[in-house]
Amino acid sequence: MAFEGLAERLQETMSKIKGKGKVSEADVKTMAREVRLALLEADVNFKVVKQFVNRVKERAVGQEVMKSLTPGQQVIKVVNEELTDLMGREESKLEQAEKPPTVIMMVGLQGSGKTTTAAKLANYLRKEKNRNPMLVAADVYRPAAIDQLNTLGKQLNMPVYSQGTEANPVDIVREGVEQAKAENHDYVLLDTAGRLHVDETLMEELQGMKDAVQPDEVLLVVDAMTGQDAVNVAEHFNEQLSISGVVLTKLDGDTRGGAALSIRAVTEKPIKFAGMGEKIDQLETFHPERMASRILGMGDVLSLIEKAQTNVDEERAKELEKKMRNADISFDDFLEQLEQVKSMGPLEDILGMIPGAGKMKGLKNMQVDESQIGRVEAIVRSMTKAEKQDPKLMNASRKRRIAKGSGTTVQDVNKLLKQFEDMKKMMKQMSSMNGKKKGKGKGGMQLPFMR
Amino acid sequence: MNFFKKLKDRVTAQTDTVTSKFKDGLEKTRSSFAEKMNDLAARYRTVDEDFFEELEELLISADVGVHTVMELTEELRTEVKRQNVKAPKDVLPVISEKLVAKLDYSGEDYELNMNDEGMTVILFVGVNGVGKTTTIGKLAHQFKSENKNVVLAAGDTFRAGAIEQLAVWGERVGVNVIKQAEGSDPAAVMYDAIQSARSKKADVLLCDTAGRLQNKVNLMKELEKVKRVISREVPSAPHEVLLVLDATTGQNAMTQAKTFKELTDVSGIALTKLDGTAKGGIVLAIRNELNIPVKFVGLGEGLDDLQPFDAEQFTYGLFQELVEAGDHKAE
Repeated sequence: MAFEGLAERLQETMSKIKGKGKVSEADVKTMAREVRLALLEADVNFKVVKQFVNRVKERAVGQEVMKSLTPGQQVIKVVNEELTDLMGREESKLEQAEKPPTVIMMVGLQGSGKTTTAAKLANYLRKEKNRNPMLVAADVYRPAAIDQLNTLGKQLNMPVYSQGTEANPVDIVREGVEQAKAENHDYVLLDTAGRLHVDETLMEELQGMKDAVQPDEVLLVVDAMTGQDAVNVAEHFNEQLSISGVVLTKLDGDTRGGAALSIRAVTEKPIKFAGMGEKIDQLETFHPERMASRILGMGDVLSLIEKAQTNVDEERAKELEKKMRNADISFDDFLEQLEQVKSMGPLEDILGMIPGAGKMKGLKNMQVDESQIGRVEAIVRSMTKAEKQDPKLMNASRKRRIAKGSGTTVQDVNKLLKQFEDMKKMMKQMSSMNGKKKGKGKGGMQLPFMR
Repeated sequence: MNFFKKLKDRVTAQTDTVTSKFKDGLEKTRSSFAEKMNDLAARYRTVDEDFFEELEELLISADVGVHTVMELTEELRTEVKRQNVKAPKDVLPVISEKLVAKLDYSGEDYELNMNDEGMTVILFVGVNGVGKTTTIGKLAHQFKSENKNVVLAAGDTFRAGAIEQLAVWGERVGVNVIKQAEGSDPAAVMYDAIQSARSKKADVLLCDTAGRLQNKVNLMKELEKVKRVISREVPSAPHEVLLVLDATTGQNAMTQAKTFKELTDVSGIALTKLDGTAKGGIVLAIRNELNIPVKFVGLGEGLDDLQPFDAEQFTYGLFQELVEAGDHKAE
């Protein structure tokens, strides 16, 4: 990645100060500058950064940090707390109309992902909340926008209301909501055309649509990669339409997503959802406290834990942990682990969530080749039961058979066996390390599917 | 300051529609930036650290990129000391001098790389929602009006409605669109498109691809394959690989440019959505660090709103007041 996380930067600054025993005001200033740069690099708007850094400085000079023995960590803690305060702590829910249907209107710039998000949200409402939503295609400007929503509707088997591209968007949404009422849908999602926040004519049109249907939610859809201009966009849309919340899209990219902070600061409206991928079910409730860590480059530990929890059987995990501690793991366990990791989603996503993964030797810039996992799996599955339990059985003819069975070469089999042995050794080391000395070498661990 | 005078004279001498398009398109971008710059100079009595900090922020607000900005202000600090500049308004010309030195557009080639010996193949790449398909539509229109035989390849087989979107553009502009069903292999679409464009004796083949985030390894590999197929069928192709960038994008644009360049050897940038308030300053940083030139800018929704990039216009548009301040001092 192009930039390092704030945690690393502060650590670096601190190592220069280390040994002085005391942190001076000038040191706090240096640290404040690091905080400032980190936030700016994360695309947080400079005005927001300024206010923010001033608040952090106040608290830092206010002895909280200077007296501490670990000032670097203290600054991170203060920054994290302030960030979380700014982002809001609570997840916020969708509004619900007293009398159905609840009308949700999606607005935003071109290419921010309104149509995809509308479909994802509809899917979410039906799947997670047991609702019966309907989609309305009111983007009459972009070529084939209506086709796009229709296709998504077909995929989801969900009704899409449209009147073609000749109709007036205000009429489309009015009649769309009427139809939803008549067909007893409890949610209506309005997809509108992307527009520039400074395009007066089109912004007025949005206002007209809003007046016509009185939506319960006006969600501003924003690309997480947006730069400094995010404040302008959010301010304009909020002033003219009084938005009720924000959806942050493309958060599965490698952007820090500082725009989230900027938008939150200027509109004080909650971010309600985050788009996490191109698949229709990749929409998540937005967790503000996790975003704070991400902006700072501290990893998304909570999301990782949550992913692991939903995918891993706890009993089995305990059993496995015991085995690992005794370095008594077999290829069967290995295969099971592999399956679990795979079920947690793309490996790169998972690695991205591990704090410090960027710092670990070998993990930085590491690319995971998912097809390699398939090969490893094939090799293991070509082993006999006995071989899986006791790799020591392996000899040349067995290896040849396995290579043939898995469509790989003997070299591949050898490589895997070697890596498996290394892994066992690592486990042994780790468990003997436990409690005694904290290990220095983390870099040696190499899983078979890492390149 | 002679340089600025020349720049200004040259730009103001151009009275054709291109200039006015550029001006109108950049109107919002320009006014806010220039106003702020002047306001900054007016508010400070002396050039001090606070002044520099605000200046940094001003430049950062244009998404120029933290790294580039820090480099620039560092040089400025030295220069101000050396020239013993005290009044903020006298710093302005120094700033513009440095900025233009950073831009350094002398000798850069903004022309599209066309194949003189047959069909020109242009591949469009970029993340989701930057405006690849729209840019292709507009460019097809341009080529068509130059009486060129244009074929479009609908390589975005992933996003719902993407093929239809390109098809609508094809109809609108009056050019052929080669397409397969949604979900088919994009490399196969390219293969088909090349064969078909050849038999139609096309001058230009514009290849659309699905938007993909640069950190998705498998999708990036797919793109590599698409490019490989094109090169296999037409050895000198693709003659251009255009990375489409959204001007609203912040620092991530640099990562995008880096990754796409590594994998597809990007030869130019099309900077879209520049008609809003975003300044797209990151292209300066991209030029600086990766040396990828901007070839087109998108300045609106109309068919004619894709303009060849003109660095002088772009710089002048962004920093007009600064340039004029430079003039002022020279007089």
